[in-house]
Amino acid sequence: MNRLADRLAPWILIGLLLAGWEGACRALAIPSYRLPPPSAVAAALIANAPLLLASAWNTFAMAMIALALASFVACTIALAASLSNPLQRAVGPLAVALQVTPVVALAPLIQIWAGIDHPKAAVVALTAVVAFFPIYSGAVAGLSASDPDLERLFDLYGATPLQGLAKLRIPSAVPFLLEGHKVAVGLSLVGAVVAEFAAGSGGSQGLAWRILEAGNRLQTARMIAALVVLAMMGGALHAAFSALERRLLARWLGR
Amino acid sequence: MTEGARAVDIAALAGVTVDYPGRGRALGPFDFAIGAGEIVALVGPSGCGKSTALRLLAGLELPGGGAVKRTAGRGETSVVFQSPTLAPWRSASANVALPLELAGASRGEGRARARAALAQVGLADASEARPAQLSGGMAMRVALARALVTDPRLLLLDEPFAALDEITRRALADDVLALWAKYRPAIVFVTHSVEEAVYMASRIVVMTPGPGRLAAETRTDSPAPRPKGFRTTPAFRGAAEAVSDQLALAMAQPR
Repeated sequence: MNRLADRLAPWILIGLLLAGWEGACRALAIPSYRLPPPSAVAAALIANAPLLLASAWNTFAMAMIALALASFVACTIALAASLSNPLQRAVGPLAVALQVTPVVALAPLIQIWAGIDHPKAAVVALTAVVAFFPIYSGAVAGLSASDPDLERLFDLYGATPLQGLAKLRIPSAVPFLLEGHKVAVGLSLVGAVVAEFAAGSGGSQGLAWRILEAGNRLQTARMIAALVVLAMMGGALHAAFSALERRLLARWLGR
Repeated sequence: MTEGARAVDIAALAGVTVDYPGRGRALGPFDFAIGAGEIVALVGPSGCGKSTALRLLAGLELPGGGAVKRTAGRGETSVVFQSPTLAPWRSASANVALPLELAGASRGEGRARARAALAQVGLADASEARPAQLSGGMAMRVALARALVTDPRLLLLDEPFAALDEITRRALADDVLALWAKYRPAIVFVTHSVEEAVYMASRIVVMTPGPGRLAAETRTDSPAPRPKGFRTTPAFRGAAEAVSDQLALAMAQPR
Protein backbone atom coordinates (compact mmCIF):
# COMPACT_ATOMS: atom_id res chain seq x y z
CA MET A 1 0.00 0.00 0.00
CA ASN A 2 2.72 2.40 1.02
CA ARG A 3 4.82 1.39 -1.94
CA LEU A 4 1.88 2.11 -4.23
CA ALA A 5 1.51 5.56 -2.69
CA ASP A 6 5.25 6.13 -3.13
CA ARG A 7 5.05 5.23 -6.78
CA LEU A 8 1.98 7.32 -7.43
CA ALA A 9 3.20 10.39 -5.53
CA PRO A 10 5.11 12.04 -8.40
CA TRP A 11 2.25 11.40 -10.82
CA ILE A 12 -0.25 12.90 -8.42
CA LEU A 13 1.93 15.99 -8.09
CA ILE A 14 2.27 16.29 -11.86
CA GLY A 15 -1.50 15.89 -12.22
CA LEU A 16 -2.16 18.61 -9.64
CA LEU A 17 0.30 21.00 -11.24
CA LEU A 18 -1.20 20.42 -14.69
CA ALA A 19 -4.72 20.94 -13.37
CA GLY A 20 -3.66 24.16 -11.63
CA TRP A 21 -1.90 25.34 -14.78
CA GLU A 22 -4.91 24.58 -16.97
CA GLY A 23 -7.30 26.22 -14.51
CA ALA A 24 -5.15 29.34 -14.16
CA CYS A 25 -4.81 29.77 -17.93
CA ARG A 26 -8.56 29.61 -18.37
CA ALA A 27 -9.52 31.70 -15.34
CA LEU A 28 -6.98 34.47 -16.05
CA ALA A 29 -7.41 34.29 -19.84
CA ILE A 30 -3.63 34.23 -20.41
CA PRO A 31 -2.78 34.62 -24.12
CA SER A 32 -1.63 31.26 -25.47
CA TYR A 33 1.55 32.62 -27.12
CA ARG A 34 2.68 33.53 -23.63
CA LEU A 35 1.54 30.46 -21.73
CA PRO A 36 -0.57 27.86 -23.51
CA PRO A 37 -2.61 25.54 -21.26
CA PRO A 38 -1.54 21.88 -20.98
CA SER A 39 -4.41 20.88 -23.24
CA ALA A 40 -2.96 23.03 -26.02
CA VAL A 41 0.49 21.53 -25.41
CA ALA A 42 -1.00 18.03 -25.61
CA ALA A 43 -2.74 18.94 -28.84
CA ALA A 44 0.52 20.31 -30.27
CA LEU A 45 2.29 17.17 -29.12
CA ILE A 46 -0.18 14.94 -30.97
CA ALA A 47 -0.32 17.12 -34.07
CA ASN A 48 3.48 17.30 -34.35
CA ALA A 49 4.25 13.80 -33.08
CA PRO A 50 5.93 12.48 -36.27
CA LEU A 51 8.13 15.56 -36.63
CA LEU A 52 9.01 15.65 -32.92
CA LEU A 53 9.85 11.96 -32.83
CA ALA A 54 12.02 12.28 -35.93
CA SER A 55 13.81 15.24 -34.31
CA ALA A 56 14.16 13.33 -31.05
CA TRP A 57 15.70 10.47 -32.98
CA ASN A 58 18.18 12.87 -34.57
CA THR A 59 19.21 14.30 -31.21
CA PHE A 60 19.42 10.81 -29.71
CA ALA A 61 21.50 9.51 -32.61
CA MET A 62 23.92 12.44 -32.42
CA ALA A 63 24.27 12.00 -28.66
CA MET A 64 24.96 8.27 -28.99
CA ILE A 65 27.46 8.67 -31.84
CA ALA A 66 29.22 11.33 -29.77
CA LEU A 67 29.16 9.03 -26.72
CA ALA A 68 30.73 6.18 -28.68
CA LEU A 69 33.36 8.53 -30.08
CA ALA A 70 34.12 10.02 -26.66
CA SER A 71 34.28 6.54 -25.12
CA PHE A 72 36.74 5.30 -27.73
CA VAL A 73 39.01 8.34 -27.52
CA ALA A 74 38.85 8.60 -23.71
CA CYS A 75 39.56 4.90 -23.13
CA THR A 76 42.40 4.86 -25.65
CA ILE A 77 44.09 7.89 -24.11
CA ALA A 78 43.51 6.61 -20.56
CA LEU A 79 45.03 3.26 -21.47
CA ALA A 80 48.07 4.90 -23.03
CA ALA A 81 48.36 7.25 -20.04
CA SER A 82 48.15 4.33 -17.61
CA LEU A 83 51.25 2.81 -19.22
CA SER A 84 53.26 5.97 -18.84
CA ASN A 85 53.28 8.23 -15.81
CA PRO A 86 54.69 11.27 -17.65
CA LEU A 87 51.98 10.94 -20.29
CA GLN A 88 49.28 10.76 -17.62
CA ARG A 89 50.61 13.88 -15.93
CA ALA A 90 50.84 15.61 -19.31
CA VAL A 91 47.28 14.78 -20.36
CA GLY A 92 45.67 15.64 -17.01
CA PRO A 93 45.67 19.48 -17.21
CA LEU A 94 44.57 19.39 -20.86
CA ALA A 95 41.62 17.16 -20.01
CA VAL A 96 40.62 19.49 -17.19
CA ALA A 97 40.99 22.54 -19.44
CA LEU A 98 38.68 20.91 -21.96
CA GLN A 99 36.23 20.10 -19.20
CA VAL A 100 36.04 23.60 -17.71
CA THR A 101 35.70 25.40 -21.05
CA PRO A 102 31.98 25.93 -21.69
CA VAL A 103 30.95 23.95 -24.75
CA VAL A 104 29.04 26.95 -26.08
CA ALA A 105 32.27 28.90 -26.28
CA LEU A 106 33.89 26.17 -28.36
CA ALA A 107 30.99 26.01 -30.79
CA PRO A 108 32.00 28.75 -33.25
CA LEU A 109 35.49 27.29 -33.55
CA ILE A 110 34.26 23.74 -34.11
CA GLN A 111 31.76 25.08 -36.61
CA ILE A 112 34.60 26.54 -38.64
CA TRP A 113 36.48 23.25 -38.53
CA ALA A 114 33.46 21.14 -39.36
CA GLY A 115 32.43 23.49 -42.15
CA ILE A 116 29.10 25.19 -42.49
CA ASP A 117 27.83 22.26 -44.58
CA HIS A 118 28.29 19.73 -41.81
CA PRO A 119 26.26 20.93 -38.84
CA LYS A 120 25.76 17.37 -37.59
CA ALA A 121 29.51 16.80 -37.48
CA ALA A 122 29.88 19.97 -35.43
CA VAL A 123 27.18 18.86 -32.99
CA VAL A 124 28.70 15.39 -32.62
CA ALA A 125 32.16 16.84 -32.03
CA LEU A 126 30.93 19.31 -29.41
CA THR A 127 28.89 16.62 -27.66
CA ALA A 128 31.88 14.29 -27.64
CA VAL A 129 33.92 17.02 -25.92
CA VAL A 130 31.29 17.14 -23.17
CA ALA A 131 31.08 13.35 -22.79
CA PHE A 132 34.86 12.86 -22.85
CA PHE A 133 35.78 13.94 -19.34
CA PRO A 134 33.68 11.63 -17.11
CA ILE A 135 34.76 8.62 -19.15
CA TYR A 136 38.41 9.65 -19.18
CA SER A 137 38.59 10.42 -15.47
CA GLY A 138 36.70 7.20 -14.65
CA ALA A 139 39.09 5.18 -16.78
CA VAL A 140 42.19 6.81 -15.29
CA ALA A 141 40.91 6.31 -11.74
CA GLY A 142 39.86 2.73 -12.49
CA LEU A 143 43.13 1.75 -14.11
CA SER A 144 45.03 2.73 -10.98
CA ALA A 145 42.49 1.36 -8.50
CA SER A 146 43.47 -2.29 -8.41
CA ASP A 147 43.90 -3.96 -5.03
CA PRO A 148 47.56 -3.40 -3.96
CA ASP A 149 47.75 -6.91 -2.51
CA LEU A 150 46.57 -8.37 -5.83
CA GLU A 151 49.26 -6.28 -7.52
CA ARG A 152 51.80 -7.84 -5.15
CA LEU A 153 50.54 -11.29 -6.08
CA PHE A 154 50.94 -10.45 -9.76
CA ASP A 155 54.51 -9.34 -8.97
CA LEU A 156 55.15 -12.50 -7.00
CA TYR A 157 53.95 -14.70 -9.85
CA GLY A 158 56.11 -12.78 -12.32
CA ALA A 159 53.28 -11.27 -14.38
CA THR A 160 54.36 -9.28 -17.44
CA PRO A 161 53.12 -5.65 -17.72
CA LEU A 162 50.70 -6.79 -20.42
CA GLN A 163 49.31 -9.54 -18.16
CA GLY A 164 48.96 -7.02 -15.36
CA LEU A 165 46.99 -4.74 -17.64
CA ALA A 166 44.77 -7.42 -19.18
CA LYS A 167 44.13 -9.55 -16.12
CA LEU A 168 44.22 -7.00 -13.31
CA ARG A 169 44.10 -3.31 -14.18
CA ILE A 170 41.48 -3.34 -16.93
CA PRO A 171 39.14 -5.71 -15.05
CA SER A 172 39.58 -3.58 -11.90
CA ALA A 173 38.59 -0.51 -13.93
CA VAL A 174 35.27 -1.94 -15.11
CA PRO A 175 33.10 -0.51 -12.27
CA PHE A 176 34.68 2.93 -12.78
CA LEU A 177 34.13 2.71 -16.54
CA LEU A 178 30.47 1.82 -16.05
CA GLU A 179 30.00 4.75 -13.70
CA GLY A 180 31.82 7.12 -16.07
CA HIS A 181 29.67 6.05 -19.01
CA LYS A 182 26.48 6.45 -16.98
CA VAL A 183 27.39 10.04 -16.16
CA ALA A 184 28.49 10.64 -19.76
CA VAL A 185 25.15 9.45 -21.16
CA GLY A 186 23.24 12.13 -19.30
CA LEU A 187 25.83 14.75 -20.24
CA SER A 188 25.84 13.73 -23.89
CA LEU A 189 22.13 14.45 -24.24
CA VAL A 190 22.55 17.84 -22.59
CA GLY A 191 25.63 18.39 -24.72
CA ALA A 192 23.82 17.49 -27.92
CA VAL A 193 21.03 19.98 -27.24
CA VAL A 194 23.42 22.76 -26.24
CA ALA A 195 25.62 22.02 -29.25
CA GLU A 196 22.59 22.12 -31.54
CA PHE A 197 21.61 25.51 -30.17
CA ALA A 198 25.10 26.81 -30.63
CA ALA A 199 26.19 25.17 -33.85
CA GLY A 200 23.30 23.28 -35.28
CA SER A 201 21.59 25.84 -37.53
CA GLY A 202 18.77 24.14 -39.40
CA GLY A 203 20.84 21.32 -40.71
CA SER A 204 20.92 19.13 -37.63
CA GLN A 205 17.11 18.88 -37.35
CA GLY A 206 17.21 17.83 -33.70
CA LEU A 207 14.90 18.72 -30.83
CA ALA A 208 16.82 21.90 -30.03
CA TRP A 209 16.14 23.12 -33.53
CA ARG A 210 12.41 22.41 -33.08
CA ILE A 211 12.44 24.49 -29.90
CA LEU A 212 14.23 27.40 -31.60
CA GLU A 213 11.99 27.22 -34.64
CA ALA A 214 8.75 27.15 -32.64
CA GLY A 215 10.04 29.96 -30.43
CA ASN A 216 10.81 32.16 -33.43
CA ARG A 217 7.25 31.68 -34.65
CA LEU A 218 5.77 32.25 -31.19
CA GLN A 219 4.25 28.75 -31.35
CA THR A 220 4.71 28.35 -27.63
CA ALA A 221 2.62 25.17 -27.34
CA ARG A 222 4.87 23.45 -29.91
CA MET A 223 7.90 24.73 -28.07
CA ILE A 224 6.74 23.19 -24.80
CA ALA A 225 5.75 19.98 -26.59
CA ALA A 226 9.35 19.67 -27.84
CA LEU A 227 10.59 20.29 -24.30
CA VAL A 228 8.31 17.55 -22.99
CA VAL A 229 9.68 15.10 -25.54
CA LEU A 230 13.23 16.10 -24.58
CA ALA A 231 12.54 15.63 -20.87
CA MET A 232 10.93 12.24 -21.44
CA MET A 233 13.80 11.11 -23.60
CA GLY A 234 16.30 12.27 -21.00
CA GLY A 235 14.44 10.46 -18.24
CA ALA A 236 14.14 7.26 -20.26
CA LEU A 237 17.79 7.33 -21.25
CA HIS A 238 18.93 7.92 -17.68
CA ALA A 239 16.71 5.13 -16.35
CA ALA A 240 17.82 2.72 -19.05
CA PHE A 241 21.53 3.36 -18.52
CA SER A 242 21.24 3.27 -14.73
CA ALA A 243 19.52 -0.12 -14.92
CA LEU A 244 22.11 -1.34 -17.42
CA GLU A 245 24.95 -0.16 -15.20
CA ARG A 246 23.47 -1.86 -12.13
CA ARG A 247 22.99 -5.13 -13.96
CA LEU A 248 26.42 -5.15 -15.56
CA LEU A 249 28.08 -4.21 -12.28
CA ALA A 250 26.24 -6.93 -10.36
CA ARG A 251 27.28 -9.43 -13.02
CA TRP A 252 30.87 -8.28 -13.03
CA LEU A 253 31.20 -8.43 -9.25
CA GLY A 254 29.28 -11.72 -9.09
CA ARG A 255 26.57 -10.44 -6.80
CA MET B 1 70.01 -25.46 16.56
CA THR B 2 72.12 -22.59 15.31
CA GLU B 3 71.74 -20.85 11.99
CA GLY B 4 74.79 -22.56 10.52
CA ALA B 5 73.69 -26.06 11.49
CA ARG B 6 70.46 -25.88 9.51
CA ALA B 7 70.74 -28.26 6.56
CA VAL B 8 68.86 -26.26 3.93
CA ASP B 9 67.71 -22.73 4.39
CA ILE B 10 64.74 -21.96 2.19
CA ALA B 11 65.05 -18.28 2.89
CA ALA B 12 67.04 -16.09 5.25
CA LEU B 13 67.30 -12.45 6.26
CA ALA B 14 70.73 -11.35 7.45
CA GLY B 15 70.81 -8.03 9.31
CA VAL B 16 68.17 -6.54 7.04
CA THR B 17 66.89 -3.00 7.57
CA VAL B 18 63.95 -1.27 5.91
CA ASP B 19 63.40 2.48 6.09
CA TYR B 20 60.40 4.30 4.68
CA PRO B 21 60.85 7.92 3.67
CA GLY B 22 59.19 10.20 6.18
CA ARG B 23 58.37 7.40 8.58
CA GLY B 24 61.82 6.33 9.57
CA ARG B 25 62.97 2.80 10.23
CA ALA B 26 60.30 0.13 9.92
CA LEU B 27 62.38 -2.98 10.45
CA GLY B 28 65.69 -4.20 11.75
CA PRO B 29 68.41 -4.87 11.84
CA PHE B 30 66.70 -8.26 11.80
CA ASP B 31 68.00 -11.79 11.39
CA PHE B 32 65.78 -14.65 10.43
CA ALA B 33 66.03 -17.99 8.70
CA ILE B 34 63.68 -20.79 7.85
CA GLY B 35 64.60 -24.33 6.83
CA ALA B 36 62.79 -26.67 4.47
CA GLY B 37 59.50 -27.96 5.82
CA GLU B 38 59.63 -25.83 8.96
CA ILE B 39 56.70 -23.83 10.37
CA VAL B 40 57.85 -20.59 11.98
CA ALA B 41 55.56 -18.02 13.57
CA LEU B 42 56.51 -14.34 13.63
CA VAL B 43 54.91 -12.69 16.64
CA GLY B 44 55.10 -9.05 17.60
CA PRO B 45 53.08 -5.94 18.34
CA SER B 46 51.35 -4.02 15.56
CA GLY B 47 53.78 -1.98 13.50
CA CYS B 48 56.85 -4.01 14.39
CA GLY B 49 57.54 -4.83 10.75
CA LYS B 50 56.28 -8.44 10.63
CA SER B 51 54.58 -7.92 7.30
CA THR B 52 57.60 -6.06 5.98
CA ALA B 53 59.79 -9.03 6.89
CA LEU B 54 57.37 -11.29 5.04
CA ARG B 55 57.50 -9.11 1.93
CA LEU B 56 61.29 -9.27 2.04
CA LEU B 57 61.14 -13.06 2.22
CA ALA B 58 58.73 -13.05 -0.74
CA GLY B 59 61.05 -10.83 -2.75
CA LEU B 60 58.29 -8.24 -3.07
CA GLU B 61 60.43 -5.59 -1.42
CA LEU B 62 64.17 -4.97 -1.19
CA PRO B 63 65.92 -4.18 2.09
CA GLY B 64 67.73 -0.90 2.62
CA GLY B 65 70.60 -2.77 4.25
CA GLY B 66 71.60 -6.38 4.95
CA ALA B 67 70.98 -9.35 2.70
CA VAL B 68 68.06 -11.55 1.71
CA LYS B 69 68.90 -15.10 0.68
CA ARG B 70 66.33 -17.22 -1.03
CA THR B 71 66.70 -20.69 -2.46
CA ALA B 72 63.01 -20.96 -3.17
CA GLY B 73 62.60 -19.37 -6.58
CA ARG B 74 59.90 -17.00 -7.70
CA GLY B 75 57.47 -19.68 -8.77
CA GLU B 76 58.10 -21.61 -5.56
CA THR B 77 56.94 -18.93 -3.13
CA SER B 78 53.32 -18.19 -2.29
CA VAL B 79 51.73 -15.54 -0.09
CA VAL B 80 48.37 -15.39 1.64
CA PHE B 81 47.38 -11.94 2.87
CA GLN B 82 45.15 -10.86 5.72
CA SER B 83 42.22 -10.43 3.32
CA PRO B 84 41.53 -13.15 0.75
CA THR B 85 42.54 -10.78 -2.10
CA LEU B 86 40.46 -12.54 -4.72
CA ALA B 87 39.54 -10.97 -8.04
CA PRO B 88 35.75 -10.45 -7.76
CA TRP B 89 35.21 -10.89 -11.50
CA ARG B 90 36.73 -14.38 -11.48
CA SER B 91 35.15 -17.59 -10.21
CA ALA B 92 36.86 -19.42 -7.35
CA SER B 93 38.57 -21.83 -9.72
CA ALA B 94 39.64 -19.01 -12.05
CA ASN B 95 41.14 -17.20 -9.05
CA VAL B 96 43.02 -20.31 -8.00
CA ALA B 97 44.21 -20.88 -11.58
CA LEU B 98 45.61 -17.34 -11.80
CA PRO B 99 49.24 -18.12 -10.79
CA LEU B 100 49.32 -20.97 -13.32
CA GLU B 101 47.85 -18.74 -16.04
CA LEU B 102 50.45 -16.06 -15.35
CA ALA B 103 53.15 -18.69 -15.66
CA GLY B 104 51.84 -19.64 -19.08
CA ALA B 105 49.73 -22.72 -18.36
CA SER B 106 46.82 -23.38 -20.70
CA ARG B 107 43.35 -22.45 -19.51
CA GLY B 108 42.21 -26.07 -19.39
CA GLU B 109 45.23 -27.25 -17.41
CA GLY B 110 44.95 -24.29 -15.04
CA ARG B 111 41.30 -24.92 -14.29
CA ALA B 112 41.83 -28.65 -13.76
CA ARG B 113 44.65 -28.09 -11.27
CA ALA B 114 42.64 -25.32 -9.63
CA ARG B 115 39.69 -27.65 -9.07
CA ALA B 116 42.01 -30.22 -7.51
CA ALA B 117 43.47 -27.56 -5.20
CA LEU B 118 39.98 -26.40 -4.22
CA ALA B 119 39.08 -29.99 -3.38
CA GLN B 120 42.14 -30.05 -1.08
CA VAL B 121 40.69 -27.21 0.98
CA GLY B 122 37.20 -28.72 1.00
CA LEU B 123 35.69 -26.46 -1.64
CA ALA B 124 35.19 -28.92 -4.51
CA ASP B 125 31.59 -27.78 -4.89
CA ALA B 126 32.34 -24.06 -4.90
CA SER B 127 34.69 -23.93 -7.87
CA GLU B 128 32.29 -21.91 -10.02
CA ALA B 129 31.16 -19.58 -7.19
CA ARG B 130 32.21 -15.93 -7.27
CA PRO B 131 34.06 -14.44 -4.26
CA ALA B 132 31.01 -12.30 -3.40
CA GLN B 133 29.01 -15.49 -2.86
CA LEU B 134 31.54 -16.98 -0.43
CA SER B 135 31.73 -16.56 3.33
CA GLY B 136 34.90 -15.05 4.82
CA GLY B 137 36.23 -18.48 5.77
CA MET B 138 35.48 -19.95 2.36
CA ALA B 139 37.15 -17.01 0.59
CA MET B 140 40.23 -17.56 2.77
CA ARG B 141 40.26 -21.23 1.76
CA VAL B 142 40.18 -20.17 -1.89
CA ALA B 143 43.18 -17.92 -1.20
CA LEU B 144 44.91 -20.88 0.45
CA ALA B 145 44.14 -23.09 -2.56
CA ARG B 146 45.60 -20.40 -4.84
CA ALA B 147 48.75 -20.35 -2.71
CA LEU B 148 49.07 -24.13 -2.83
CA VAL B 149 48.26 -24.70 -6.50
CA THR B 150 51.82 -23.86 -7.54
CA ASP B 151 53.18 -26.45 -5.11
CA PRO B 152 55.33 -23.88 -3.25
CA ARG B 153 58.41 -24.69 -1.19
CA LEU B 154 57.84 -21.52 0.83
CA LEU B 155 54.41 -20.45 1.99
CA LEU B 156 54.11 -17.01 3.59
CA LEU B 157 50.97 -16.32 5.62
CA ASP B 158 50.40 -12.70 6.66
CA GLU B 159 47.84 -12.82 9.49
CA PRO B 160 45.59 -14.88 7.25
CA PHE B 161 42.93 -15.58 9.89
CA ALA B 162 42.84 -12.19 11.59
CA ALA B 163 39.51 -11.19 10.04
CA LEU B 164 37.74 -14.46 10.82
CA ASP B 165 35.68 -15.60 13.79
CA GLU B 166 37.22 -17.93 16.35
CA ILE B 167 35.58 -21.14 15.12
CA THR B 168 36.52 -20.56 11.49
CA ARG B 169 39.99 -19.53 12.58
CA ARG B 170 40.57 -22.80 14.44
CA ALA B 171 39.17 -24.89 11.58
CA LEU B 172 41.46 -23.14 9.11
CA ALA B 173 44.47 -23.54 11.39
CA ASP B 174 43.86 -27.30 11.43
CA ASP B 175 43.43 -27.30 7.64
CA VAL B 176 46.73 -25.52 7.15
CA LEU B 177 48.48 -28.03 9.42
CA ALA B 178 46.89 -30.95 7.56
CA LEU B 179 47.99 -29.53 4.22
CA TRP B 180 51.45 -28.92 5.60
CA ALA B 181 51.65 -32.57 6.77
CA LYS B 182 50.83 -33.62 3.21
CA TYR B 183 53.06 -31.27 1.15
CA ARG B 184 55.63 -30.07 3.71
CA PRO B 185 56.19 -26.53 2.47
CA ALA B 186 58.18 -24.26 4.75
CA ILE B 187 55.67 -21.87 6.33
CA VAL B 188 56.28 -18.42 7.81
CA PHE B 189 53.22 -17.36 9.68
CA VAL B 190 52.72 -13.79 10.86
CA THR B 191 50.26 -13.33 13.71
CA HIS B 192 49.72 -11.29 16.81
CA SER B 193 47.94 -14.11 18.56
CA VAL B 194 50.29 -15.99 20.87
CA GLU B 195 47.88 -18.95 21.04
CA GLU B 196 47.72 -19.23 17.28
CA ALA B 197 51.51 -19.04 17.01
CA VAL B 198 52.04 -21.81 19.55
CA TYR B 199 49.33 -23.95 17.99
CA MET B 200 50.68 -23.66 14.45
CA ALA B 201 54.43 -23.34 14.67
CA SER B 202 57.37 -25.46 15.70
CA ARG B 203 59.39 -22.29 16.28
CA ILE B 204 58.08 -18.94 17.48
CA VAL B 205 60.09 -15.80 16.80
CA VAL B 206 59.15 -12.83 18.98
CA MET B 207 59.90 -9.37 17.63
CA THR B 208 60.42 -6.07 19.44
CA PRO B 209 58.14 -3.08 18.80
CA GLY B 210 58.96 -1.25 15.57
CA PRO B 211 61.54 -1.06 14.20
CA GLY B 212 61.35 -4.82 14.80
CA ARG B 213 64.35 -6.80 15.86
CA LEU B 214 64.66 -10.33 17.16
CA ALA B 215 63.57 -10.38 20.81
CA ALA B 216 63.36 -14.09 21.59
CA GLU B 217 62.83 -17.48 20.06
CA THR B 218 60.94 -20.51 21.40
CA ARG B 219 60.84 -24.03 19.99
CA THR B 220 57.91 -26.36 20.52
CA ASP B 221 58.24 -29.99 19.65
CA SER B 222 54.58 -30.67 19.22
CA PRO B 223 53.19 -33.40 17.01
CA ALA B 224 51.54 -32.41 13.75
CA PRO B 225 48.69 -32.61 13.01
CA ARG B 226 47.83 -31.48 16.53
CA PRO B 227 45.98 -34.06 18.62
CA LYS B 228 42.49 -33.27 19.82
CA GLY B 229 42.50 -31.14 22.92
CA PHE B 230 46.06 -29.96 22.24
CA ARG B 231 45.18 -26.45 23.39
CA THR B 232 44.55 -27.74 26.94
CA THR B 233 47.80 -29.72 27.28
CA PRO B 234 50.51 -28.54 29.70
CA ALA B 235 52.98 -28.36 26.78
CA PHE B 236 50.74 -25.91 24.90
CA ARG B 237 50.01 -23.81 28.00
CA GLY B 238 53.68 -23.72 28.99
CA ALA B 239 54.83 -22.59 25.55
CA ALA B 240 52.06 -20.00 25.32
CA GLU B 241 53.03 -18.58 28.68
CA ALA B 242 56.71 -18.46 27.77
CA VAL B 243 55.99 -16.63 24.51
CA SER B 244 53.62 -14.24 26.29
CA ASP B 245 56.35 -13.41 28.80
CA GLN B 246 58.87 -12.83 26.02
CA LEU B 247 56.43 -10.58 24.25
CA ALA B 248 55.72 -8.59 27.42
CA LEU B 249 59.46 -8.22 28.01
CA ALA B 250 60.04 -7.09 24.42
CA MET B 251 57.27 -4.51 24.70
CA ALA B 252 58.69 -3.15 27.94
CA GLN B 253 62.12 -2.50 26.42
CA PRO B 254 62.89 1.09 25.49
CA ARG B 255 62.91 1.60 21.74
